[in-house]
Amino acid sequence: MAAPSHPPAPARAEEERQRRRRRKWQVFPGKNRFYCDGRVIVARKSGVMPLTLGLILITSGLFFVFDCPFLVQHLTVCVPFIGGVLFVFVLITLLQTTLSDPGIMPRATPDEAADIEKQIDESGSTSHQSPPRTREVVINGQLVKLKYCPTCKMFRPPRTSHCRVCDNCVERFDHHCPWVGNCVGKRNYRFFYSFIVFLSFHTAFIFGCVTTHLALRAQGGKGLVFALQESPGSAVELVVCFFSVWSIVGLSGFHTYLVASNRTTNEDIKGSWSAKTGGEPVTNPYSHRNVCKNCCSILCGPMPPSLIDRRGFLPEDECVQTGGKDMELPVVSTKTEINVCAQGTKGLLESAARSPLLSSSCPQGKPHSCPDNHLTVLPHPAPQSANIQPAPPGSSAPHRTKTHNSPPQRTKTHGSPPQRTKTHSSPPQRTKTHSSKRRKHTETHTSNSGLEDIAPPTSVDPERQRHKHHRHHNRSKTQRH
Amino acid sequence: MATEFHNLQELRQSASLANKVFIQRDYSEGTTCKFQTKFPSELETRIERSLFEDTVKTLNNYYAEAEKIGGQSYLEGCLACATAYLIFLCIETRYEKVLKKIAKYIQEQNEKIYAPRGLLITDPIERGMRVVEISIYEDRGSSGSSSSSSSVSGSTTR
Repeated sequence: MAAPSHPPAPARAEEERQRRRRRKWQVFPGKNRFYCDGRVIVARKSGVMPLTLGLILITSGLFFVFDCPFLVQHLTVCVPFIGGVLFVFVLITLLQTTLSDPGIMPRATPDEAADIEKQIDESGSTSHQSPPRTREVVINGQLVKLKYCPTCKMFRPPRTSHCRVCDNCVERFDHHCPWVGNCVGKRNYRFFYSFIVFLSFHTAFIFGCVTTHLALRAQGGKGLVFALQESPGSAVELVVCFFSVWSIVGLSGFHTYLVASNRTTNEDIKGSWSAKTGGEPVTNPYSHRNVCKNCCSILCGPMPPSLIDRRGFLPEDECVQTGGKDMELPVVSTKTEINVCAQGTKGLLESAARSPLLSSSCPQGKPHSCPDNHLTVLPHPAPQSANIQPAPPGSSAPHRTKTHNSPPQRTKTHGSPPQRTKTHSSPPQRTKTHSSKRRKHTETHTSNSGLEDIAPPTSVDPERQRHKHHRHHNRSKTQRH
Repeated sequence: MATEFHNLQELRQSASLANKVFIQRDYSEGTTCKFQTKFPSELETRIERSLFEDTVKTLNNYYAEAEKIGGQSYLEGCLACATAYLIFLCIETRYEKVLKKIAKYIQEQNEKIYAPRGLLITDPIERGMRVVEISIYEDRGSSGSSSSSSSVSGSTTR
């Protein structure tokens, strides 16, 4: 689209216009940071992800420096090779878990939000059973209540939950993991699962190799102390791996159970699909009733697309998403009309849609006035919510939440990524020991009532740090729906 | 082309956005992407029910094809796991290919069926796959609830 005023060269003006146009990530309302011009997305709070990365790098580095030379000499050359492959896989899956979109659901547009409000108002007068801000659907014969998200201004799809840390609704929300510094949801669950499985093998492998190394060195009556003195790095590895193996292997086992039964951590903690006492029987409506099929659908299923279109350009005269801040809106409506022939038909119709849409969807008043003033689309404009913060592209100081009770910064929250600390668990006998494992887990949990709830971020898989929190399991049970 | 351009400009100049209808998701079969085929009352005077239902059913079929769990998706998944999922950076997944087909289909439907009736379908991917948004345009010249829009031939040769 060339500017109508006579530019020196239309192509140059077009380039300038492209540069001036903002991308959608620049006005993204959630608490995320973007890098590489929107290609990479991370949660604004990186949690203890640098610690995770550091531990992996240091331990693996020590392994290659101290243990591999000895073991290559005395055992086999495969040792560094296997270790290297596992290390690479661990790193890649960790980075993919951290740097990818977990399945963020974009917030409702003002029109959509208004339509939903209208429906709620209409049904409020007639509904008598369910609270006004829930919608009941029957999924595979099981009644499921969909909750309304006040931040995103929409009814959350099934299995979607709002992460308080990232301030986004995430599809198939599992938990927010500070160890990887991101939510774990529909799109990155397979990366997360691969990460913890590879990490289990990696830590177990290093632990085994270090033990073998020290045992070989201590042979001939030389003693363990002598062996440790010869190879001090191994001592560090031994300590790290000893504590890590239990928790990571346990976590992998737990998530294997979740994958096999097609549940999320969120649902498991809330007991959504556990049999209620005295109520009607509930079954997981999403499970395929077949362990293999469940595993394959979650881990090998088609990769869903990212819904937030980070790198798309903002239409020049549109306020994006509900409650967007005032943006600089250049006067473009007349220009777009004239230059419309250069676009495809879809663009024509879309721009026709957007120009009139603007004046109805941005009630906050804009620097310029749109010529289309005769629109009466919205009965009431979309309310501005004060909690919209476009993510700045620069990095802010990451919050190192080593304690998992980070104080809530906003009172208006909802959705509860549950906090869980696994200290010890045994992978086999998953179904039997699961309830006992729950008792071992100490966590702070506030159940998701769909309204204003405050929940600290989830902590999963501490490598060494064990944090005991009080569990509110009873409370979660009573508030289960 | 010039004639169509003028017609489309006429449409844009003479039509204004009157209302939007949102077709919600149908969750009866789980979280797979499927939209309700219930015919909204606002479109009763605008478009034939069968055309609308055909559009929605075709969209549902496309999404079912994209999310189908079968041989090809397993292959894709296993290959991806073996390459530590780096393959997603290189190749276009089947889902993305189907999304392109959907975008093309929606554009075609808009050109041939919906725009001549003063309607416009927005691709669900632009609304987070939550709704199919149908914008209803009214003739600016007419008052009240007139349902006519300027006559447009519709399709543009591309």
